[in-house]
Amino acid sequence: MEFSEHIKTANVEDVVLRRPFYQPTKGTLCVTGHHLIFSNRGGDSARPFLLLLRNIDAIEKSVENLPSVSSGTITLKCKDLCVLQLDIPGMEECLNIASSIESLSSLETVSEMYPFFYRPPFLSLQDQWGLSSTEQHYAQMKEIHDGWRVSQVNRDYSVSPSYPPAVIVPHSIDDETLVKAARFRQGGRFPVLCYYHRETGTVIMRSSQPLSGANRKRCREDELLLQAVIDGSELGYIIDTRSSQQAQQARMTGGGFESKSCYRGWKRLHRQLEKGKVLQESLIKLVEACGDQSHSVDRWLSKLENSKWLSHVQTALSTAGLVAECVERDGHSVLVHGSEGTDTSLLVSSLAQLILDPDSRTLAGFLGLLEREWVQAGHPFQQRCAHSAYSHVRLRHEAPVFVLLLDCVWQLARQFPLAMGFSEPLLLRLAKEVYASDYGTFLCNSDQERCVTGVKERTHCLFQSLLRANERQHYSNPLYERTELAIWPSIQPPSLQWTCAFSPIQWPFDMC
Amino acid sequence: LEHSDKQVRMLDRFSNKSTSGTLHLTATHLIFVESNAAVTTILHHHIASVEKLSLTTNGCPLVIQCRNFRVVHFVVQKERDCHDIYSSLLRLLRPVSYEELYAFSYNPKQNDQQREEGWQLIDLGAEFERMGVPCDQWQLTDVNRDYKICDTYPRDLYVPITASKPIIVGSSKFRSKGRFPVLTYFYQEKKAAVCRCSQPLSGFSARCLEDESMLQAISKANHNSRFVYVMDTRPKLNAMANRAAGKGYENEDNYSNIRFQFVGIENIHVMRSSLQKLLEVVGSRSLSASDYLLGLESSGWLRHVKAVVDAAICLTKAVTVEGASVLVHCSDGWDRTAQVCSLGALLMDPYYRTIKGFMVLIEKDWISFGHKFADRCDQLDGDPKEVSPVFTQFLDCVWQLTEQFPQAFEFSEWLLLQIHEHVHSCQYGNLLANNQRQREELKDRTHSLWAFLLSEQQNYVNPAYCPGHAETHPVLEPSTLPCHFKFWRNMYLQFDRSMHPRQSILKNVLTLKENNRQLEDTVKELEAVSNLSCLPVCLLVCLSLHSRSLFHSLILAMSLSVCLLVLILSHYLTLLFSFWVSWSLSHGLCLNVSASCSVSLSLSVSVQKFFNLKALFAREICLITCQNQNSQKYKI
Repeated sequence: MEFSEHIKTANVEDVVLRRPFYQPTKGTLCVTGHHLIFSNRGGDSARPFLLLLRNIDAIEKSVENLPSVSSGTITLKCKDLCVLQLDIPGMEECLNIASSIESLSSLETVSEMYPFFYRPPFLSLQDQWGLSSTEQHYAQMKEIHDGWRVSQVNRDYSVSPSYPPAVIVPHSIDDETLVKAARFRQGGRFPVLCYYHRETGTVIMRSSQPLSGANRKRCREDELLLQAVIDGSELGYIIDTRSSQQAQQARMTGGGFESKSCYRGWKRLHRQLEKGKVLQESLIKLVEACGDQSHSVDRWLSKLENSKWLSHVQTALSTAGLVAECVERDGHSVLVHGSEGTDTSLLVSSLAQLILDPDSRTLAGFLGLLEREWVQAGHPFQQRCAHSAYSHVRLRHEAPVFVLLLDCVWQLARQFPLAMGFSEPLLLRLAKEVYASDYGTFLCNSDQERCVTGVKERTHCLFQSLLRANERQHYSNPLYERTELAIWPSIQPPSLQWTCAFSPIQWPFDMC
Repeated sequence: LEHSDKQVRMLDRFSNKSTSGTLHLTATHLIFVESNAAVTTILHHHIASVEKLSLTTNGCPLVIQCRNFRVVHFVVQKERDCHDIYSSLLRLLRPVSYEELYAFSYNPKQNDQQREEGWQLIDLGAEFERMGVPCDQWQLTDVNRDYKICDTYPRDLYVPITASKPIIVGSSKFRSKGRFPVLTYFYQEKKAAVCRCSQPLSGFSARCLEDESMLQAISKANHNSRFVYVMDTRPKLNAMANRAAGKGYENEDNYSNIRFQFVGIENIHVMRSSLQKLLEVVGSRSLSASDYLLGLESSGWLRHVKAVVDAAICLTKAVTVEGASVLVHCSDGWDRTAQVCSLGALLMDPYYRTIKGFMVLIEKDWISFGHKFADRCDQLDGDPKEVSPVFTQFLDCVWQLTEQFPQAFEFSEWLLLQIHEHVHSCQYGNLLANNQRQREELKDRTHSLWAFLLSEQQNYVNPAYCPGHAETHPVLEPSTLPCHFKFWRNMYLQFDRSMHPRQSILKNVLTLKENNRQLEDTVKELEAVSNLSCLPVCLLVCLSLHSRSLFHSLILAMSLSVCLLVLILSHYLTLLFSFWVSWSLSHGLCLNVSASCSVSLSLSVSVQKFFNLKALFAREICLITCQNQNSQKYKI
């Protein structure tokens, strides 16, 4: 196996491991293709400490080479925000280990990643990968069968490379129209259904931006598609997750927005949600603030403010609240999109569903929602979660949109402690798994890539695993009481809470 | 004075919602009854200010700010009515004598004996005995029996055995307001004492031999340590400025056996404006997250809260780890000193973390040692510069600790909120007036808050409280990481319902706990029954299965009646079940059998469910505490 060429020193004795919450322990360190294994020779702790190399975000080393002592220290900053320290006797061993970790943790070939080798006894590769498919989801919603249908137009991923093979669209729109409408949307992400609200019969849809460009191009088919959605009712809302200025600017690069004159009955509202680099930097600043050792409240508050993380939480929740309000209170359908339709649109649409839909607040329902709205809908996990807050690597596509979602869900759960079927440990677990995992769920950027690399055949699904009986018990909310009502969050800042989960010393609790 | 106005609207200060109803003004309360019969009651003493805004098309707006942080916005349709309410309230707002306070008209339908008993519920003499005082090193002194030495101290004071009367008198003359060093908490395990006093009148160079011997005596009373820590809770600059006025702080050169240190808690004026700023920030409409955080920072409130907690931690470490005695003072020794001493005791002694213990703590460090409740809480019309949220801040510090140690406190935050409510309500005699001496006269005609709170203490129980926590963690070591200091929404925005979690865990957990307790009892009974009744039940069942004839049924009926007698005696539910099963079997009533089986099955399922819940809940709590302990470990 080619991993071996990266491993210069496989074993070192008498290494001291320092990690939060534990006494420093001495033992043997072993580097394998995917893990760092630390086993305590004392034997009192039967299980060796295992760290996925993929989990390592940044590595710092310092060596001391004196005639009397030759040793080195490696500090490992993990993507789950845990910080570990290894004291290694022998400078050469230390440098060897460090370089092995560096090269092994940055391997990018998907099929060489650990999920392809992970074979737990309690799961079988023959099991269904994932919880549900679009067809199954559609079959469950009997009440939409009149107005909506499942389209296989993307079965070979040619219409939209980031969409799943099957999507739900209005009945009256045929596949040909969809193909044409897709050409008018960035990445072919034409408007598709993501939530149907039974009481009012209205829907939440999502898409990417229309490619109207500088000369205000139009697309008949795209207009028809949206017209079919609000057929009969007079009004629909388009929630654009960019500011109107940003939307205007997007036209210069071929993007754009739905103009009022072309889309009769659709009213556009702009709510600016940050994404990409801004969000990633926000997370980096937040983690830095949490790790601040000055013990000064003022510094903490100003750093927290400076990170703007709570503002992002507030905006995300208020936009989702707006969508939910349009659907439930005003009884109008909503289309959510930003530019690519793979980040903030998903954030808003899934939060709105949590607010509205009691089914999505159960443990299985929430995981199903994540699968539908994030994994299948083509959130580029591999690009977004390549690095976390410690990495020195220059940012390209990284953005903690999914972590922001988890924080927003946590805020919701804080305000409605009885309404959620899952508990905080689940959110922490997901935040950890999304960066480095034994499972294949968060690998790759889209359904297409997952098929090509054989993720669905050769890895296990995290969601399946989380729903096993004993895991289910661990991640359920013991106080859960189902409520059929929408849960309207308060978005006043004093109602939002800061969590110490982003602090490096708080994080590892999900390991308990 | 009685007044009611039918056409009044109450506006929510954060949304555009409003409700209409009737406003009633009584001698003691302002009552707003909404059209859906919801009632908002405001005690006149709670009102800090009334403001009449300029007339609008809807009517005349009236804004009332309360001391318990309620802000109500009424719109009265007719301007004349509004003016009437406004001027009546203004008259009621500023009571000048204690007799005008609600405590003297409040009558909870108790006779004099019950009232008297209420006052005796908390006994500070017994409390010092619990701490192990008097002992071979500390004694009760009668120098202040008639409030002659210090009129803001209680009658009973505890001093070192070697401190003779002349030393006490001399020392008290050298201390501001005569507040000489006395014992407030005794840490029995290490025989270390926490003492309190006011600043010395040292000026730039004055010294007092008696005061020096007093500190010597405190030092000698503790064999663990050769010196006494003197904690001046003021910032150094403030203490130095006091020297110009003939006051100041202890000079380490004059006192041979002290370690002197400043802690840097700001004074009452800084705290007053800090809280004012905080309330302005969180009270503003459409607040952005950034403005909120910047506002929190610039108000400095959390910084001040942390400073108090830090000082208490410092005190606790000195006493419990080093075993040294500590003397705490500020300027007059009734604000910051009370905060630090009581918070320190709360960290050191699990007793103070119980409901009764917490009352004892407040009685001891705040009430008896003369925290000026009347002045600080603006109970009577007085100097606005004397008003300061020192006690509120103490409650805030306690809340921060309850958040960090959810298992350690018997009481929930509702006790803190209720106490805060009554500091301003002037409904009970405990928290009136400025010191014990003034209070003694009021006691005869008022009721005790503690009796009231203890009578409904089930409302204040913290469901996560674990009595065993006290044994494993007698001394609390809170984290001082700034992210652990939070804004106390339930205090400062208590009445703004839109801000709060829409669902409350507390009620739910309490019900669960109660159900759980009942089920556990049932399970115990069932177990007892199953041990006893296994044999006869089996026999009966066998018998009844084989008996179909009339004769057998007769025997069965006889045995049944005998057993029913037993049943009535013992109230055993299962026995009834088994009899029912056997009886119905014997008569071939299969339907009944299946019904009873399903009943018992569902019973066992529900028992199972509650046990699961209990286990889960325990795990959650465990996680939280473990988090706190561990973060502590890591820091060290």
